[in-house]
Amino acid sequence: MNTEFFAAWIEEITSAVRAGRDHLTELDAAIGDADHGTNLDRGFTAVGEALAAAPPGTPGALLVLTGTTLIRKVGGASGPLYGTAFREMGKAFGEATEISPAELSAGVDAALAGVRRLGSAAEGDKTMVDALAPAAAALSRAVRDGLKPEEALEAAATAAAEGARATVPLQARKGRASYLGPRSVGHEDPGAASTALVFGALRAAASR
Amino acid sequence: MVGIVLISHSGGLAAETAALARQIGGAKVPLAAAGGTEDGGLGTSPDRVSAAVEEVDQGDGVVLIPDLGSSVLTARLLESPGQVVIADVPFVEGAVSAVVAAGGGASLDGVLAAAEEAWHFRKL
Repeated sequence: MNTEFFAAWIEEITSAVRAGRDHLTELDAAIGDADHGTNLDRGFTAVGEALAAAPPGTPGALLVLTGTTLIRKVGGASGPLYGTAFREMGKAFGEATEISPAELSAGVDAALAGVRRLGSAAEGDKTMVDALAPAAAALSRAVRDGLKPEEALEAAATAAAEGARATVPLQARKGRASYLGPRSVGHEDPGAASTALVFGALRAAASR
Repeated sequence: MVGIVLISHSGGLAAETAALARQIGGAKVPLAAAGGTEDGGLGTSPDRVSAAVEEVDQGDGVVLIPDLGSSVLTARLLESPGQVVIADVPFVEGAVSAVVAAGGGASLDGVLAAAEEAWHFRKL
């Protein structure tokens, strides 16, 4: 997977976020402050502009620029969190111009570690970690079992989507929704839902 | 003197808390409010917060006091051990305590400890 592949991933995320913007915002209206869809849409639109203005030469540089732009432009908690995720993945890739599935898996693990460190969230807290952690685990398993790249990305996307859906019955222990206590139960976590979109976009980039 | 940055989702909340703390703790403390997004909405702007840190940094360290959600995460991005530290404290009471301590010439650790005392302020 080369720089073009990762640029395609970011484009797919941008389209998915735009298409899902109102849905994400509705999820956030239920248990947060009703800005997740618009914030991410603004952030990824700014990422598109930044990448077009100074096209990075490596997958790592592309993801670091993506993360830095998200941190600066999103405005909500998802800015630092997604920004850290993309930056950590980009840093894990270093100067490489071609990323293997095993390196991608290590990059997703680095993203997960960064998000966990920044947000102090664990699985079951009803956050993006509930989609990101299963996706990272599925990708790692798929690579270990020697699955084809498309199959590995399919497994990661499926795990992220299932992880997001599984946040519905949970009570939030981190993030804005945690202020709602038991009232946060019965709603899908918006951050987990957008993380599922990010991994769906990764699968879509691979089937382009 | 130790600098203090108040980081809130709301520009108005940060600015008014700063005004209150300054009135109680003294006008000479390097104190900045960094609330809201760049377009004036609710949220936090890392650019605004890092500009505020630079503004109040006199070389004796800076204490960041966030309110909730993204302000905490934004503050964590700017942490630098021994130089830029986060006070995990009630926003208004912590801000007042920190400003009073900084105005009295306390060290970075002293300002942090004073802010944390705000957990024990009883109103009744």
